[in-house]
Amino acid sequence: MKLTIEVNGEPRTLDSSPWKRLLDVLRDDLRLTGTKEGCGEGECGACTVVLDGEAVNSCLVAIGQCDGRSVTTVEGLATGGVLHAVQRALVACGGAQCGICTPGIAVCAAHVVDRGLITGADDATARVRIRELLAGNICRCTGYQLIVDAVIAAARETSGLP
Amino acid sequence: MTAYLRPRDLDEALAARAAHPDWMVLAGGTDLMVNANHRPVPVGMIDLWRLHAIGFVRVADETIAIGAGTTWHDVERHPAIRERLAPLAAAAREIGALQIQARATLGGNVGTSSPVGDSLPVLLALDAELEVASVRGHRRVPYHAWCTGYRTTQLATDELIVCAHVPVPGPTTRTAWRKIGTRRAQSISKVMGAAAITLDGDVVTSARVALGAVAERPIRIAAVEAAVRGQPLAAAADAARAAMRAAIQPIDDVRSTASYRRQVAENLVARFFSVS
Repeated sequence: MKLTIEVNGEPRTLDSSPWKRLLDVLRDDLRLTGTKEGCGEGECGACTVVLDGEAVNSCLVAIGQCDGRSVTTVEGLATGGVLHAVQRALVACGGAQCGICTPGIAVCAAHVVDRGLITGADDATARVRIRELLAGNICRCTGYQLIVDAVIAAARETSGLP
Repeated sequence: MTAYLRPRDLDEALAARAAHPDWMVLAGGTDLMVNANHRPVPVGMIDLWRLHAIGFVRVADETIAIGAGTTWHDVERHPAIRERLAPLAAAAREIGALQIQARATLGGNVGTSSPVGDSLPVLLALDAELEVASVRGHRRVPYHAWCTGYRTTQLATDELIVCAHVPVPGPTTRTAWRKIGTRRAQSISKVMGAAAITLDGDVVTSARVALGAVAERPIRIAAVEAAVRGQPLAAAADAARAAMRAAIQPIDDVRSTASYRRQVAENLVARFFSVS
């Protein structure tokens, strides 16, 4: 089927089977290979993108469902050559090791920071909240501590989290 | 190539369903798209994602109607559901994680009807009723009669799930929800359950107790419900535990063992009745 999707702010037209996964369209057809495939089952979050304002696993979305919708991938997080606050914080805090989960974590974390979903009157409460919000993103290297450090730093910088 | 239809309203959706009973009906796709590249390619897809006609939450005094297309994200954040159907909001928060909750729907959980569908024991405990529709008309099915076996339901091949009508528990009914898995997020439950316990003072006048992951479908535990009726709450936990022993026949599988599930299910049900 013919379809049009807005990807990182630009309209893209495609001719694809509607059953094809959004993940495969992004990587194979649009060559946006920042989005990774981990499990293909919606368990690991490596393929997280933002679809119509929600963080979703792109391995679980059929491309037919994306006609007329908008997608933001990790390639779309930076604006005007400036990394998103979450990306800068991941670099500054060392919140990445092998890197496979990192694009999904960056997209999900940027989403929850931008939406102001990280709440908590104190550091410990905010960290628990971040771990819940990022629970769908599995990392097998870091132990998460430095990732949580980065997300809380980004939230403090952009949304006035205490 | 797979055909694709995105109906604009319920009539279009029902006409498509009647015309193409072999097409996949999907909304968020969080079950149906798992390992999609290793599954048989569907003949066609009827895409109900964000179909307005099934995307509502209607709050009345005694019942809350939740459209089949409502996501768990929507359920968890809805103020009336959080306040008046607390175990459903609690279950919603433990289904998958953020990415799954943004796409997975109540109708998907009910339609897939997995024995480990986390919301399903809640619908049993709250005595929900489903509304389904076809070009032939609408009908209602009590949820306790919905599941007919392992991942099979009463849904006919021309029907779609419209909504769940969930009675709001009264002031003398306390409710509970608990899920046990390897971790809170993402992991599929080893055992989960829900209860609605109606009290007169501290005497249990009636109870609905439901468990998932202990049988081929989500089940009410009639033996427990009978054992606690008329008991003071202080004695009900022990009565529930005793009645649990012969009530379920869980299995060994990759996620847990029958003996662990049996022990945890007993503890979980007893805790529903513990005085707090």
